[in-house]
Amino acid sequence: MQKGEDTNDGRPLVTNRTMEIVVALVLLAGCTLVIYDSVRLGFGWREGEGPAPGYYPFWVAVILAVSSFINLVSAARSAGASETFVSLRPFGRVLAVLVPSLIYVALIGYIGIYVASAIFIFAFMIAVGRENPLKAIGVAAVVPVALFFMFEKWFLVPLPKGPLEAWLGY
Amino acid sequence: MDEIVSLIGGFKVALSWYNLALMIVGILLGVIIGVLPGLGGANGVAILLPLTFAMPPTSAIIMLSCIYWGALFGGAITSILFNIPGEPWSVATTFDGHPMAQQGRADEALTAAFTSSFVGALVAVVVITFLAPLVAKFALQFGPAEFFSVFFLTFASFVGMGKGSPFKVLASMCLGFALGAVGLDKVTGTLRMTFGHEELLIGFDFLIAVIGLFGIGEILSSMESGLKFSGSHATIRLNVVLQTWKHLLKLWVTSIRSCIVGCWMGITPGGATPASFMSYGLAKRFSKRGANFGKGEVEGVVAPETAAHAAGTSALLPMLTLGIPGSPTAAVLLGGLMIWGLQPGPMLFVEQKDFVWGLIASMYLGNIAGLIIVLTCVPLFAAILRVPFSIIAPIILVICAVGAYTVHNSMFDVWLMLAFGVVGYIFTKLDYPLPPLVLAIVLGDKAEESFRQAMLASQGNLSIFWSNWLVGSIMTLGTILLFWPLVTWLQDKRRSLNSRPVAASAGAAAVDKER
Amino acid sequence: MMAFQKAAEPRWAGSICRLAAAGTLAASTLVLSTPQAVAQTWEPTKPIQFVIPAGTGGGADQMARFIQGVVAKNNLAKQPIITVNKAGGAGAEGFLEVKKSAGDPHSIIITLSNLFTTPLATGVPFNWKDMTPVAMLALDQFILWVPADAPYKTAKEYIEAVKAAPDKSYKMGGTGSKQEDQIITVALEKLTAPKKFTYIPFAGGGAVAVQLVGKHVNSTVNNPIEAVSQWKAGALNPLCLFDSKRSVYTLKVTATMAWSDIPTCKEVGVNTEYQMLRGIFMSPGVKPEHIAYYVDLFKKVMATDDWKSFMEQGAFNQTFMTGDEFRRWVENAERQHHDLMKEAGFLAAGK
Repeated sequence: MQKGEDTNDGRPLVTNRTMEIVVALVLLAGCTLVIYDSVRLGFGWREGEGPAPGYYPFWVAVILAVSSFINLVSAARSAGASETFVSLRPFGRVLAVLVPSLIYVALIGYIGIYVASAIFIFAFMIAVGRENPLKAIGVAAVVPVALFFMFEKWFLVPLPKGPLEAWLGY
Repeated sequence: MDEIVSLIGGFKVALSWYNLALMIVGILLGVIIGVLPGLGGANGVAILLPLTFAMPPTSAIIMLSCIYWGALFGGAITSILFNIPGEPWSVATTFDGHPMAQQGRADEALTAAFTSSFVGALVAVVVITFLAPLVAKFALQFGPAEFFSVFFLTFASFVGMGKGSPFKVLASMCLGFALGAVGLDKVTGTLRMTFGHEELLIGFDFLIAVIGLFGIGEILSSMESGLKFSGSHATIRLNVVLQTWKHLLKLWVTSIRSCIVGCWMGITPGGATPASFMSYGLAKRFSKRGANFGKGEVEGVVAPETAAHAAGTSALLPMLTLGIPGSPTAAVLLGGLMIWGLQPGPMLFVEQKDFVWGLIASMYLGNIAGLIIVLTCVPLFAAILRVPFSIIAPIILVICAVGAYTVHNSMFDVWLMLAFGVVGYIFTKLDYPLPPLVLAIVLGDKAEESFRQAMLASQGNLSIFWSNWLVGSIMTLGTILLFWPLVTWLQDKRRSLNSRPVAASAGAAAVDKER
Repeated sequence: MMAFQKAAEPRWAGSICRLAAAGTLAASTLVLSTPQAVAQTWEPTKPIQFVIPAGTGGGADQMARFIQGVVAKNNLAKQPIITVNKAGGAGAEGFLEVKKSAGDPHSIIITLSNLFTTPLATGVPFNWKDMTPVAMLALDQFILWVPADAPYKTAKEYIEAVKAAPDKSYKMGGTGSKQEDQIITVALEKLTAPKKFTYIPFAGGGAVAVQLVGKHVNSTVNNPIEAVSQWKAGALNPLCLFDSKRSVYTLKVTATMAWSDIPTCKEVGVNTEYQMLRGIFMSPGVKPEHIAYYVDLFKKVMATDDWKSFMEQGAFNQTFMTGDEFRRWVENAERQHHDLMKEAGFLAAGK
């Protein structure tokens, strides 16, 4: 995992230029949404209320739109900016943490945060970190238990719990 | 010199073995609360409250305020080690603190942060001790226009922070403003940009954004670069405290400036968050090594930490004299006061002299005790970075999820945190600066609210921002700072005609135009 | 809104039936006023979450934290009470959370007028019927405050001054927008007509009082507890009490005045009355014994000396109500708010 990441990143996936354009377009889309709602709310002076509720978001969105547009044009026109945003292998590594995280968050809703955390830590250490399974089991057990005592017992902050906790009587 | 006599009396009250033990317990608890995002001082105090009824009020408030100190110290630890600020005022600490940790200088950064916090808090306590009555009056000068001017000054001292394109700085900041505007508009009570979604009603919480942008974004970036984490190679230096102190002495100008900014913002009461950002911005602006800020400058840790703690401490004064708590933890302290039969407000200093001076004395003692405790733990904290990334990364993710969940007890926020993580990763790679985004989320709605309150009061007349010496001078100062990069840029240009325009100054000019 | 009322109705009706079925034990808990005589049928098994749908430092916050302290100090509950501020969306955050926690007996909420005003003004989908009413603890008063060195010494003089000045030149500070403070302000404008106030909303009651001391606004309608320390310190003056009769507290607050010395607004020709509910609600769909437990708990709280002095300090109107009586009161208050807000033009579209 740790070897050779600089020399062999695999095929370039996407260039900076493309990403710049995508980000600028997404921001512009966001601006449209904000401006749409600001117009609904009104963006002028209103008797008794001062500047209307849409006043501030409206102007913020206008500035955002203008600067995003400039960013968009400069990205589109830059011929030299064809550096790679991300290549295959680094992107794979990003996904290796992002996808488990998504699954982890999805699991919290069903089995509670403590069990989900244990599974997540264990799976991550084995699959991504290539750690010794015993070590992984140890860490995966200790962290949720420590969190449980810290939050549920001492500081009385309730976190999402699942069937296991219910079975244990919490 | 009534104050000195009273203070000595206060020390007599505070200095007992019993109270000292309570202080240590309070600080340790506070550090735990500060380190774990999701544990608020409110919970800590809620558990201790029943215990404190068995104690004399002075002992109780000593312990509770030590939790407050401990939490302030603790906030810096996660900011530096993992790029996760637990409180709004630790955000600026991450800018240079975390790069230092990545370079294997975590112990140095922690020492600098703790020491600066201590210095800031100490100076503020001295101000409280000797200027209390004077200073309490000053806070009353602050109406909506004055509040807006403070926020304006904060933004002004912070523009030109990014190294990339000025339009990216602007886009980043405006995105923050727009996100901050989602939810209920406090001035008219109208829902904005929620599009019928209940989850959006409460808006985007700063903590969710920061945990995502900085914490998760950082993990994604580290993963991409192939699990490199040079901190793990750092040896633990035992004499690091003394070495760092030697270095800190040379930064006395920054320290003094940050103390002034902090005390002033705490009393006014602009608060610790604008103080830390403003102080960082000013330090960058005036430091000889300003260009290096963001890459691991000790000065970039000293400035926000000193100011944040000077502000956090001096903010206790308006709380005691006017009864407005500056933070949830402070609110719990206030609740405590009322149970012990003490009514916070202008009469507290007159009616409850023993209690007030006991509290002030405990501020000195609590701070010193806190500094000693956290400094001895520096090697311990730094050693956390020696844990391999494959172990620490999932743990950080879990702690981030817990922290995000506890903000509003909602899973939606946890998803939002992941989304912010992806945004943080992409923005960092494309040189969209994150600090202006976060600053805008933290202070944008407050700035808007005070602007509109001021506009209401003046019936739309902008001259309210120059209507008295106080607001006028802050606004003028802000305007000068806003134009400062432009001025230096022009100077540079005159000196050498073929020098290229500095991106940052052009960015500031662009911000100017839009305002 | 109708849909929610319908949804909530059978739930309540169900709990009434169950209450009857639960027999004399639970019923007696509701009726008997001596806490010692009541046998408990249910005890909390984990910490009680006490939601405050408002920011720190305001009236509701102070009262909730005070209750937390009194319960802890006198050991009234087996489990600790944890107060949490859920102020987002003018309190909607807190109310929605309790609404969502159906059947959870460990979640209670303190209410202020935003129980009515927030859904009416914003259209956020919740109604008090989405929660279970537990008890009315007290009614909070409103007082017209001005800086102590202001030239007007009575409410009448102040109204005249507003009338004589250019339109909107007098600034009224208050908590939140389209909430109780602004409703009272609009009511006052009937007397100052055709002149109006400029109403400036701030985040919390404590901040409002300080803005008045700093003379950034001309007057406020703060609750007594929010302004009492400034009054004691000689910075603020109360002009009149928005109630039909004077306060019952005769102990001197300042050197010369007690709460009972403040004239009612009616006495001085300002015909506006308003009082705010300080009540407790809990999650929907809870069992009668859960309600009974909290009613009993609050009776115990109210029996303490601490509570009595807190009531006096904040000049509260001490009215305790539970059960159907409380429910009818809330229904009536909701109607009043609807009318008042309709008149002021504060209703969200479709309300």
